[in-house]
Amino acid sequence: MPVSNFVNPADLVRFLPEIILTVMGTLLMVLDPVLHKRSSYAFGHLSLLGLAAALVASVYAFRDPGPAFGGMLMVDGFATFFRVLVIGVGILTILPSYRFLARHDAETSEYHALLLYSIAGQCLMVSANELIMIFLGLEISSIASYILAGYLRDDKRANESALKYFLLGSFATGFFLYGVAFIYGSTGTVNLTSVHAALTGPNAPSPVFVGVAAALMFVGLAFKVSAAPFQVWAPDVYQGAPTPVTAFLSAGPKAAAFAIFLRIFMTSFQPIANGWEPLVWGSALLSMTIGNFAALLQSNVKRLLAYSSIAHAGYVLVALTARSDVGTAAAMFYLAAYAFMNVGAFAVVSHLSGRGERYQNVDDFAGLGQKQPLTAAMLTIFLLSLIGVPLTGGFFGKFYIFKAALESHLVWLTVLGLLNSAVAAYYYLRLLVMMYMHEPSEAATNAEPLSFGLSAALILPALGTLVLGIFPSWVLEFAGRSSNLVK
Amino acid sequence: MHPITTVHYLALSAALLLIGTVGVLTRRNIVIILMSIELILNAVNINLIAFSHALRSVDGQIFAIFVITDAVAEAAVGLGILIALFRNKETVQADEVDLLKW
Repeated sequence: MPVSNFVNPADLVRFLPEIILTVMGTLLMVLDPVLHKRSSYAFGHLSLLGLAAALVASVYAFRDPGPAFGGMLMVDGFATFFRVLVIGVGILTILPSYRFLARHDAETSEYHALLLYSIAGQCLMVSANELIMIFLGLEISSIASYILAGYLRDDKRANESALKYFLLGSFATGFFLYGVAFIYGSTGTVNLTSVHAALTGPNAPSPVFVGVAAALMFVGLAFKVSAAPFQVWAPDVYQGAPTPVTAFLSAGPKAAAFAIFLRIFMTSFQPIANGWEPLVWGSALLSMTIGNFAALLQSNVKRLLAYSSIAHAGYVLVALTARSDVGTAAAMFYLAAYAFMNVGAFAVVSHLSGRGERYQNVDDFAGLGQKQPLTAAMLTIFLLSLIGVPLTGGFFGKFYIFKAALESHLVWLTVLGLLNSAVAAYYYLRLLVMMYMHEPSEAATNAEPLSFGLSAALILPALGTLVLGIFPSWVLEFAGRSSNLVK
Repeated sequence: MHPITTVHYLALSAALLLIGTVGVLTRRNIVIILMSIELILNAVNINLIAFSHALRSVDGQIFAIFVITDAVAEAAVGLGILIALFRNKETVQADEVDLLKW
């Protein structure tokens, strides 16, 4: 391949969001000694600026979609959708972080730099069309997230959270890589499109070999999206990590991991779909059931939301089990709705928990409706959306997923999934009842008034949830057009 | 003398993967768990190089360099996290890290 291909301006434009995020992250660290004494908010403003620029760049890059760097990246509708999604999650993470970091006297420059690096890795993941690039993006995103999970380093819970996340995350990466090595060995290529061609071609490799590779990669990815039976790390990590980071972990890296899950299994492994379908079927059912039933027993809200996020990973896997473009579009829509409602819910927890993250129990939400009506109203929207009540994004997300599943004749999975969402309603409603029908708790009484950043961090996702619930076709049409991945 | 073939390398790599996996799942000392994870990543590298040689394609070797770099970054971050934990808890035993549970 001639060297001139690598300095093609069109390639650079398609890679612009990652470049902006990386440069901005590095800039924050370089500026640390200069800005540190003046204003601790400066870094937050700068990283918001970087994210906004990356958002614009992602949309701009989509004006001229296509492959970049000799097919290593593929900037298509699918990549753009997820780029916008993870960058949006980044913005919604930074807004509540201002107050959070100030409250805990934490360094701000490193926090924001790590966040930007992690998002850069996720952007690379979702636009990669080659297993090496996917691996690279996955690791850039993960390594930065490991550090973020333990960011409050004097807090024992944060240490433990980071350690568990790190050990299980890198263990999972090892399995994923072992699968990738097998794919490389059996097909001679790491490009997703070429792998698909090799699997359907005349000299198709031994199905056993490819099957083992697909299974190993499935294990690695299931870890990353916290799908059962590889979900055990999620509740501990989500509970121990600083709350804004938990919001980020439960939405950003998860959406990006699902994006590569969909891309790999719907393009490269599409020829062996009959082999992996039962695997994903089982994992989907197990995730929904374990997530929802374990959440019933939780008293810590972060842990409750962690189990609920396992259940939601199960719903998205139902969409993958459908193995159709409609299913892919439904998964994309669901991940967008899920990002809004989950990040919003964690922002409320972050607001209420106070210094040292003391108030995180369901009981601490008592009387929030009396003391802070706006906060309570926003949380109500998020919880109703998590339940899947009509007029919220969560409703249409579930609707499209189960519709896609029925179109693919997955009747049992649909029935069991719907029963599961009925169970889930209980623990979300418990929180609602606590907010509106109990006397104010110590936490609700002492809660600070909403800061500007926090109000934005609550109102924006609430608007997003409602828009997805009232005008779902705006997003769904785009998802439908982008779901026909390059095969 | 039999020549060493790709299958031999694959067997070696599979053995390393097995040792690494058993190490992660059974050892209590976090430093040894870290070493076991490194072992898994090196099993991947042996696979990649063996395939690269067998297929006469350079992709695998480049991939292996990426994996080595990643392993270094992971080890640095992992040890950093471990030191932060040790400062607070004075232990490197995995089963004594048990604040968060049901």
